[in-house]
Amino acid sequence: MMNFLLSLKNSLKRLLRGRSSLVIGLYGPPNAGKTTLANKICKDWIGEEMGTVSPIAHETREVKVKEKVCIKTETGKELMFNLIDTPGIATRIDYEDFMKAGLPEAKAKKRAKEATKGVIEAIKWLDDVDTVVVVIDATQDPYSQVNVTIIGNLAARNIPVLIIGNKVDLKRASLKRVKAAFPQYAVVGISAKYGTNMNDFYEALAKVTE
Amino acid sequence: MVTLHFVPHHEIASLTSVGRIRKLLSIAKENKIVLLEGRLAKEEEAELIKATMEEINKDFKGIELAVIKPSAGQLRGFERIKTEVVSFFLGDNAGLTIIGPASVVKSIRRDPHKIELLTREAAKK
Repeated sequence: MMNFLLSLKNSLKRLLRGRSSLVIGLYGPPNAGKTTLANKICKDWIGEEMGTVSPIAHETREVKVKEKVCIKTETGKELMFNLIDTPGIATRIDYEDFMKAGLPEAKAKKRAKEATKGVIEAIKWLDDVDTVVVVIDATQDPYSQVNVTIIGNLAARNIPVLIIGNKVDLKRASLKRVKAAFPQYAVVGISAKYGTNMNDFYEALAKVTE
Repeated sequence: MVTLHFVPHHEIASLTSVGRIRKLLSIAKENKIVLLEGRLAKEEEAELIKATMEEINKDFKGIELAVIKPSAGQLRGFERIKTEVVSFFLGDNAGLTIIGPASVVKSIRRDPHKIELLTREAAKK
């Protein structure tokens, strides 16, 4: 009953905004693999990538939109949506960190400035998404306050959430730790880079948007 | 030297959301670690991050944020209802919110049972 009401509310919200497409946002901290996942989804279903990835944090500094992504799961569920790839949400941005990663000072300062704007833009977009995929680096501490804040904020807005523990191909990854941190949410472990477990991800995505 | 600035819940209870965020951020910008009794609303926490990003400059690099809150799952029956009613009318004053300026606090590690605050001075040693 609760799920039905939630789904009805989200449909009405879309209708009031004058659009029928479902909007799915990829959120999470910097370098969790949001753009890698966005690229994998787009390559799987559209045949083209969405953005560039980099080992230096805050590579994505603007919200990117890919319209009319249509997926079909192995169990026959179809889902059409607009995919939003957002800049990583952070509470601190220091250009000196980018310099330590090898960028020259001018570029590091520019990147820091753009990154702050990107975080603001990502938070503003929370008003326009219907479902959120929170991408967490499964090798990192899942209790980071950024994760807790994003997920808490989504819960307060009654936005359905799917949590992805990414980078499960790495030895340090612990999906168990991610699941323990967010026991009330569906959690799927994937490696967006190598396409591991993507079918489970698509099934879970179809389920959470029902 | 690290300065801790305690903010009792009643000091922010009557302020607007913007007022609360401005007050907490202005303390953090003085390089003090804010210990707020209770927590901000979830929407206010996101707004705090947004406001922090707007304030970042060469001197202010942002914040580290952590919230310690007794889990709702630990409360049962009447205690849980009482807590929710009090929170609804008076704001959420259970738990503790830590807001540390990034120039002072290197990282805050948190799990359900403990919280570790690593300052930049400690990290240098």
